[in-house]
Amino acid sequence: MSKRIIIDPVTRIEGHAKISIYLDDAGQVTDAEFHVVEFRGFEKFCEGRPFSEMPGITQRICGICPVSHMLASANAGDALMAVSIPPAADKLRRLVNLGQIIQSHALSFFHLSAPDFLLGWETPVAQRNVFGLIQSNTDLARAGIRLRQFGQEIIEVLGGKKIHPAWAVPGGVRSGLSDEGRAKIRAWLPEAYATARVALDLFKHTLESHQTEVEVFGNFSSLFMGLVTPDGSWEHHGGKLRFTSSEGALVADQLDPQSYFDYLGESGESHSYLKSPYYTPLGFPKGIYRVGPLARLNICDRMGVPQGDLELANFKSMGQGAVTSSFLYHYARLIELLSAIEFVERYLDDPELTTGPLRADAGINQLRGVGVSEAPRGTLFHDYTVDRDGLLQKVNLIVATGQNNLAMNLTVAQIARHYLRGQEISEPMLNRIEHGIRCYDPCLSCSTHAVGQMPLRVQLIAPDGAVLNDVARG
Amino acid sequence: MAAKTLIIDGKAVSAEEGATVLQVARDNNVAIPTLCHLEGVYDVGACRLCLVEVAGSTKLQPACTTKISEGMNIQTNSDRLRKYRRLTLELLFAERNHVCAVCVSNGHCELQTLAYSLGLDHVRYDYVFPKWKVDVTHRLFGMDHNRCILCTRCVRVCWHIEGAGTKNVAGRGATARIISDLDQPWGDSESCTECGKCVMACPTGALFHKGATAGEMEHDRDKLEFIVNAREKQQWLP
Repeated sequence: MSKRIIIDPVTRIEGHAKISIYLDDAGQVTDAEFHVVEFRGFEKFCEGRPFSEMPGITQRICGICPVSHMLASANAGDALMAVSIPPAADKLRRLVNLGQIIQSHALSFFHLSAPDFLLGWETPVAQRNVFGLIQSNTDLARAGIRLRQFGQEIIEVLGGKKIHPAWAVPGGVRSGLSDEGRAKIRAWLPEAYATARVALDLFKHTLESHQTEVEVFGNFSSLFMGLVTPDGSWEHHGGKLRFTSSEGALVADQLDPQSYFDYLGESGESHSYLKSPYYTPLGFPKGIYRVGPLARLNICDRMGVPQGDLELANFKSMGQGAVTSSFLYHYARLIELLSAIEFVERYLDDPELTTGPLRADAGINQLRGVGVSEAPRGTLFHDYTVDRDGLLQKVNLIVATGQNNLAMNLTVAQIARHYLRGQEISEPMLNRIEHGIRCYDPCLSCSTHAVGQMPLRVQLIAPDGAVLNDVARG
Repeated sequence: MAAKTLIIDGKAVSAEEGATVLQVARDNNVAIPTLCHLEGVYDVGACRLCLVEVAGSTKLQPACTTKISEGMNIQTNSDRLRKYRRLTLELLFAERNHVCAVCVSNGHCELQTLAYSLGLDHVRYDYVFPKWKVDVTHRLFGMDHNRCILCTRCVRVCWHIEGAGTKNVAGRGATARIISDLDQPWGDSESCTECGKCVMACPTGALFHKGATAGEMEHDRDKLEFIVNAREKQQWLP
């Protein structure tokens, strides 16, 4: 008799979710669904607000990556005003986004994911978390927590506070970088580099004993999408979009994010509040693509910083064409973390950062504007339509986690297929399935527009829809 | 003018005849919360936050419009008054859509400051969640009825300092609202001189400079008192 396994809630991710695994009569996994069971509704209740308030409102979507929403929103405001923001403002926005990438990637690796492979899949669930890591490896855990602090300090130095800084605004930024702030960030650099290196060495060492995970944690063909610079280098704010295939072939390049709707479609599914975007020329669901660190490293030709480029070459050698295993999101994330520190150092030496105006001024010059920014977990779009006075008529948010939705479903099914034996749902198997989701570092609060921690439930479901086994924890 | 003696919170004070209880209290460092009172324009007793107890009367009196008299005995901070002030504030919050975190006046709002000082950590009434449209038709300023507490400061400064008479109150009860001219979009107003005094006067984020982002709107209320003193008393020192 076939069945459905439900994991509800999924833990150590940002938001609320559950997983359903469908089995056939022979007990083999046929399909899996990652359900996001929270609803935010920002797209609806922002209607009627002035566009200038949107960076402040939309960054309340998330406490982990508010900076991403602030930047995408300010960027959409720039488009509505049809202005080029002052060069210093552009660089300052980039600097704050690097701070965000550093703090979020450190959180994903040290607090959320590393306990699984550093402490072991079989470790009791009560210890398999950042507190267990603190007990078993105090120095590493402290360094990881401090690395996150470094990223948050950058955000605070620029925006005035670590969470929800009302700093990037349509037309530019509200304040510059002080000499004191610059010195404060610079003082952190040696420690940040050292921790990033430790994490990279640790993960590469982990890979030696985790080849099965590389094989089965979301290892499949898909497109990859992200921003690149005009010369194809790694990009995180501004830039144009590039799609590449699993074979490493260029599918589309230098696409203008302003017309994303020409090549991205959004499919809604009845089992989840998460929308599933796809690349329209290939249709749904064939147009499945991945975003985030793995995708950004697959699509770019170079990082543009020396240490990052060395690591990128090693990363690219792990795939034929593209690196297709989602377990290697962790590696890509750490490479981005190291590169982000290098970019921060470069910006600190840039005299343009503290010269000239910071904010362009204009009224409404276009009635529709799209803002795009690379959030730590992938490409983020804010699409606003306003009336002539700048009041929002329509809001569409395409969030990284949504774009990875189809890939997360495939990942869960692949892991379940490999580890599920009969009807028995063991705790380590549950954890591996959850980890498949953690590879993507999803942020569900961002992607559905609810609140709370991310507690997992697995249901085994028969072909007739009967729930045969239901394991929950949270 | 004759001096009057009275008691405020057990303390004997004296002041000139014609002064209000609020003036005398503030002159003697007794804090009474207000929202509709604004230095430079006349008082209307609209917000009811400055209510005080006067011995011999069961009715609570607004300090801003009650003139002092000889031998008055006034309480400004009794349990009863604190209860009513909190209730009034709760009703103000429940009546419209005040979302401090993303408001243009976050950190510079008199309503927010008062709520903090009175320890208002929750509202016991159901929020009304009315649907008010934001008026950003004006070239320079915006009007968000969601954040308006109907203190009418903007109306008073527009009529009695600027003399333009653009701002008015329309409607009754829950539908009462601030309008421009004959309820036209602000940007179509022919009487508005674009002086911005209404924006300076607003205690919340209801009136704001167009394009202002979260927490960016600071109201320069002292400027209004400066203008009035300059005009009426020929004093140009701030």
